[in-house]
Amino acid sequence: LNQILRLLFFGTIARLVVLVVIGLRIIDRSRLPHAGPAIICANHNSHLDTLVLMTIFPLQLLSKLRPVAAAEYFLQNRLLAWFALQIIGIIPIDRHKPSHTAHPLAKCSEALARGEILIIYPEGSRGKPESLASFQSGIAHLAKRHPDVPIYPVFIYGLGKVLPKGEKILVPFFCDLAIGTPLFWSGQKQSFMNLLDRQMQELSTLVNIPISHPDL
Amino acid sequence: MMWNLPADNVLWCLGAIGILLSIATLTVYLVPAFKQIELQQRLTSWCWIVALFAITLVANRSIALCLYWFLSFLAFKEYISLIPTRFSDRRVLFWAYLAIVIQYYWISMHWYVMFLIFVPVYTFLFLPMRMVIAGETQGFLKAIGTLHWGLMLTVFSLGHLAYLLMLPDRGNPIAGSAGLVLYLVFLTEINDIAQYIWGKSVGRHPATPTVSPNKTWEGLIGGIVTTTSLAIAIAPWLTPFDWIHALGVGLIIGCAGFIGDVTISALKRDLGVKDSGNIIPGHGGILDRIDSLTYTAPLFFHFTVYFYFKGMLV
Repeated sequence: LNQILRLLFFGTIARLVVLVVIGLRIIDRSRLPHAGPAIICANHNSHLDTLVLMTIFPLQLLSKLRPVAAAEYFLQNRLLAWFALQIIGIIPIDRHKPSHTAHPLAKCSEALARGEILIIYPEGSRGKPESLASFQSGIAHLAKRHPDVPIYPVFIYGLGKVLPKGEKILVPFFCDLAIGTPLFWSGQKQSFMNLLDRQMQELSTLVNIPISHPDL
Repeated sequence: MMWNLPADNVLWCLGAIGILLSIATLTVYLVPAFKQIELQQRLTSWCWIVALFAITLVANRSIALCLYWFLSFLAFKEYISLIPTRFSDRRVLFWAYLAIVIQYYWISMHWYVMFLIFVPVYTFLFLPMRMVIAGETQGFLKAIGTLHWGLMLTVFSLGHLAYLLMLPDRGNPIAGSAGLVLYLVFLTEINDIAQYIWGKSVGRHPATPTVSPNKTWEGLIGGIVTTTSLAIAIAPWLTPFDWIHALGVGLIIGCAGFIGDVTISALKRDLGVKDSGNIIPGHGGILDRIDSLTYTAPLFFHFTVYFYFKGMLV
């Protein structure tokens, strides 16, 4: 039943929101992976990021998509936990207290081994609207454990204006999403993080960001 | 009750436009000399635009109003995505979006006076108040100025197109309100195309060198002459205008279409973008396509109402 609800949610409501309220423009959709395992690595400004990243894939791949999300936030009550785990299909990660029993990234590795597509936000949280915080190195650890899994950098602009952190109402804006070419573990943590940073910077120049006047 | 078929004249004109468009589309796909991707995209988009527009004329008024509301919504959304906005104004923008729905509600209930004053008076007074409640004074003037200008352009001006369709048919016995809408939109778009073609072929002297260097006096005058001749020629089929009024309307649409076009060009130049968006392949954004209409629709509407619908609207 949950599988059907998940299909219905992403097939109708999510697609309607992305199409009508947001009107997403996708730059280079052809670069998206057609099968797992793969890692989608995106900047994070809004709950809508996950919704959007999951609707740009065809519905056949829906069962493969697994956003990695904060356990203490999404599992705080039973309703939200049901929605996050069953409908969205998140892999819960404990951000603050690493568990003593298993490696914090163990669940991610298992998912990749099953051929699933992970969605990861290396900024760690949604942060201030429309500003790119520095990436945390969890993504590097994951890349090191899976050197043969392609990592797709994705830059999203505008969703932080549509639904920023702490706001409850949607305000429609046209949004852009740029997909980069996949990269792999480079053998060294610092050089890998630099590579990822550079790719994100390049992608951010492809989207339409209004020129901000000093007083606006 | 899906349909509300207009007078035969309107259907004949739609048919003629459909045939002309089909010929043009086939030409760019089949004749080697015209085979260019951009032209093909542009004509394919024209086919979609004309099909959707035709639906607003033959479907019942509720469906038509929904489509016009959606056009205003998309245009406003494009505008608001294009300009810099303050984070503190999110709630204000939400009210502005709500104002679009309310404005089209007045149109749907034929409340003429409310249609005229809602955006320029009530929204004009309400939005700054809401902004003050939000409390951010830095950039206040630019934020409220840009927001209200956008609403006037995309909701108030464009709304005239929808109200034109709601006018009582007895003011235009031959073709009804649908005839007037078709006449206005057809002439506005033909004027765009004619000015472009005249400018491309004989244009020498730039008309607005700093705003839109490609616009020339030759294009402008050629366009106005073409549009005015067509306005006089078509008027007997679609409108109640005698030839002198048709001449006036032709001149208004020719000049106002140009002004609307360069006004949006100035906006784009200020923001440093080439197109207002990329939702219509081959054309750019919604604003790129409706720029002329934002000027011609209200001017045509009030001209027509003044001369032919006196005392019919309350």
